[in-house]
Amino acid sequence: MINIESLRIELPGFTLQDIDLSIQDGEFFTLLGPTGAGKTLVLEAIAGIVPISGGRIFIKGRDITHLPPDQRGIGIVYQDYALFPHLSVLENITYGLRYHKADPQTSGKRVKKLMGQLGLRALAQRSIQHLSGGEKQRVSLARALAVNPSVLLLDEPLSALDPNFREEIREVLKKLHQRLETTFLMVTHDFAEALFLGQRTAIINRGIIEQIGPVSEVFRKPLTPFTAKFVGMKNVFPAIFNGSRILVDGLEMQAETMFKGDEGYVAIRPEDVLIRQEAVTGNGFNVFGGKVLDITDRGPYYEISAKTGKVIFKAMLTKSDLLEMGLSETKNVNIVIRPSDIHAF
Amino acid sequence: MIIKKRIDPFFWIAVFSTSTVVAFILFPLVEMVIQPSFQDLKEAAKDPDVLRSIWLSIYTAGMAALISFIIGTPFAYLLARKEFPGKKLVESIVDLPIMIPHPVVGIAILGIAGQNHWLGQIMQQVGIHIMGTVTGIVTVLTFVGLPFYVNTVKSGFEAIPVRLENVSRSLGASLTGTFFRVTFPLAWRSMLVGIIMCCARAISEFGAVVIVAYHPMIAPVMIYERFTAYGLKYSQPVAVWLIVVCLTLFLLLRILSLPKESKAKRG
Repeated sequence: MINIESLRIELPGFTLQDIDLSIQDGEFFTLLGPTGAGKTLVLEAIAGIVPISGGRIFIKGRDITHLPPDQRGIGIVYQDYALFPHLSVLENITYGLRYHKADPQTSGKRVKKLMGQLGLRALAQRSIQHLSGGEKQRVSLARALAVNPSVLLLDEPLSALDPNFREEIREVLKKLHQRLETTFLMVTHDFAEALFLGQRTAIINRGIIEQIGPVSEVFRKPLTPFTAKFVGMKNVFPAIFNGSRILVDGLEMQAETMFKGDEGYVAIRPEDVLIRQEAVTGNGFNVFGGKVLDITDRGPYYEISAKTGKVIFKAMLTKSDLLEMGLSETKNVNIVIRPSDIHAF
Repeated sequence: MIIKKRIDPFFWIAVFSTSTVVAFILFPLVEMVIQPSFQDLKEAAKDPDVLRSIWLSIYTAGMAALISFIIGTPFAYLLARKEFPGKKLVESIVDLPIMIPHPVVGIAILGIAGQNHWLGQIMQQVGIHIMGTVTGIVTVLTFVGLPFYVNTVKSGFEAIPVRLENVSRSLGASLTGTFFRVTFPLAWRSMLVGIIMCCARAISEFGAVVIVAYHPMIAPVMIYERFTAYGLKYSQPVAVWLIVVCLTLFLLLRILSLPKESKAKRG
């Protein structure tokens, strides 16, 4: 188990403030946040690479706050692989073995097994210079896991990879985590990665943790406007609550549940905002007449901006839906939102 | 129709300046090398004084490089890796010997090595003499050569991603283990280049050495002495031999420091 208590790191122009985290043994935990949020700093503090200004860090009950990096029993995998360029694949993987007191047979077997699992046996004698990105990242994983660390720290391990390798390594990570007892702590800015890999996640922004919880819960029920936007809820508005009625900038909506308090925010996923040309009635839906402002091609789908009153909603449409509807800018449409799709906090 | 390719005037400016610079450097040197007769060169090569001075030049420059390597390497590593208050000041201090006029370096070192200075008194008590000794020459050459070593090796260390060292530490290697298994194997070429730079600077030193130790004579001092006592004709053969020996040595070191096309690379 990793326990971080009131971790504080002060750097010129940036402060990581009072980070409290508790990660279970064997968990796949992700630290999510935009670039510059301070998530890599948390990782490096656990690894003992950056000096910390306050707080304590425990791994399996052992206070490692002031231990040098070589005595922490952790493994690191970086986005740029950080392989030793002067060593072969096998030499890279076995680099740390001499510092760990396992008998050579056990560690030898472990390395062999890891190399098999990661498909590296045929590459053992190769120089790392001519490996593909995916191969490099597999070597980097094997090297970190060869010493049987209790915690594996992954610093954006997929970011530098081409899309096809990214998928490959994502699968590799998932399988490795299922097979091993190691705790995985991964830093990423990509929510989709966290959703695929992570069990729980912490959203970090400007050196502060915004929310901690199971990934699917954070995805469905963000607790701050930042988290809501970060998990892809493009419709986040300040709101006034009155029971289950919500007032957003003069627009009244009906939600499913009663809200405590008078003020807060509402967040709606763009895929839950329906655009209809025909009249929509019944079922207690929120229906607003509006006008299409903008249609943006996002590759697999189109993003529609539609305005009703003073409020602009973002919605998603597939290409075929868009064509079928013959939708174009300035067209009048109905904006439909189910009460159950409105999340308020 | 043949389309004539128009050449930019800048191309001709570049050609002109390149040939001027190359000629400016090579012409006097080549002339100096071909002016002495074969007989003069042969005689100089047989002269024990000439041989001794060239050997002393190489030996003292080599010692200066060795000392720079031993004390300069950890220092360069510190400068490359750590931020500390006053770092800029320390870096400027390292560069001072490059800027100070050479005789001033000799005078400054004599100033603290003489009997009137407490350090000089201590040194004499333990039997270290600077004035007119090989120790003195090595001291002066280290003073002028060290900045070249430190700056070169510092850049070499900076070019190694700190993440490699972090990973090594996380895998269980101590700071020392990491240095010898990761940093050194990746930085030794820059150390060799640093040694070449330091040696080159040390071998060419004259002004500071002549103040601290006219005797024993290093090659530049001997060349100067022969020039003032007997004229150009007698100083040239010594100069030629010094150039030949130094160029050979530097070429060898330079070849060693070039990255090899490793077999593994193609693997």
